[in-house]
Amino acid sequence: MTANLLGIFIGSLLVNNFVLSYFLGLCPFFGVSGKLQTAFRLGMASTFVMVVTSLCASLLNTYVLPYAPYLRLISFILVIASTVQFVEMAIKKLSPALFKALGIFLPLITTNCAILGLALFQTSRGYNLIQGLVFATGAGLGFTLALVLMAGIREESELADQPAVVRGTAMTLIAAGLLSLAFMGFAGLFGGEA
Amino acid sequence: MSQSDRTAEELLKGLWKENPTFVQVLGMCPALAVTNSAVNAIVMGLATLFVLVASSGLVSMLRHFIPKQVRISTYIVIIATFVSVADLVLQATLPVVHKELGAFIPLIVVNCLILGRQEAFAAKNTVKLAIADAIGMGLGFTFALTLLGVVREILGSGSLFGMALFGPNYEPWVVMILPPGGFIMLGLILLVFSWVKQRRQARQARQADPAPKVGVA
Repeated sequence: MTANLLGIFIGSLLVNNFVLSYFLGLCPFFGVSGKLQTAFRLGMASTFVMVVTSLCASLLNTYVLPYAPYLRLISFILVIASTVQFVEMAIKKLSPALFKALGIFLPLITTNCAILGLALFQTSRGYNLIQGLVFATGAGLGFTLALVLMAGIREESELADQPAVVRGTAMTLIAAGLLSLAFMGFAGLFGGEA
Repeated sequence: MSQSDRTAEELLKGLWKENPTFVQVLGMCPALAVTNSAVNAIVMGLATLFVLVASSGLVSMLRHFIPKQVRISTYIVIIATFVSVADLVLQATLPVVHKELGAFIPLIVVNCLILGRQEAFAAKNTVKLAIADAIGMGLGFTFALTLLGVVREILGSGSLFGMALFGPNYEPWVVMILPPGGFIMLGLILLVFSWVKQRRQARQARQADPAPKVGVA
């Protein structure tokens, strides 16, 4: 059981990193990875939303969705939207400075496909409550890791002397490709849960 | 400008000038995740097209009734409804492709391209214009996905639509159908776009300023 949980955790953190091998959450990955500090904070906020979503999705899967499977998508998205709303209010109350720093990207967590993707994967793989929470934590930290690494690369490459034509998205995409290539090296780690 | 000109213009701008993937860089997740084969790319593009057209039409019809404060949630629920329809229809008609696309069909809900068009266009324009805009953007998205899918399938598995192209001696460039290939290929295509744009700007600058410049790259 423990080995299985470790497999799920490492699997979602490194081997099948949400951003670099499932292409989930690319909008914030390219939008917010300009600065290291902001990238880290957004990653942590997303991780929290993921864990809460995973909890709610487990409950929905057990008690509601067996009776109304066609409501799956709509109920998941409503859960995510209300969690984000809640996190927004909590951060505003507890730390106005952080609230200001995150700005528009806080409400945009709702449309982060990594979070809906998490709820859907958890359902299709039939994880129970504990496995789901471990999966969500791993995926959230993996998302943060990818965001922070990318922010580091971009802060460095800002200073490099690039030709004008590759500046911007094209360069970022190719750098992301190389990062993703590096993450492929983790394949098979701990029997890496596919 | 007459009404029909305006409609045609809204329809055409999504195909090239404001192409959602190559120019606006929206909706990247599906654009990279499902383009490892041409068939998957086309099905994904068409599913997105359907959801986009249906929700743009409905949002535009309801634009005077949706209260401003809850508009985003309303759009999401509308989009989620049509995505559920697309999901179930695909499951019934093309079970093999549906299985390969997996979670990415439900994930159309959070495609920022769709929500973006509702907020930026459908909520402010008539039904006719909103549908024209949605068809243009949807086709532009499908075109971009198909291009990526065709190039990646040819390079990565040496085939097109599942038919082998090069015979048994071709050694497939496997990385192209793996995740890194998606990032790199889209990066290269964007590179070509920005190169073309830069050349055009340089040419316009030369025309505006007829003095011959030597050695300008």
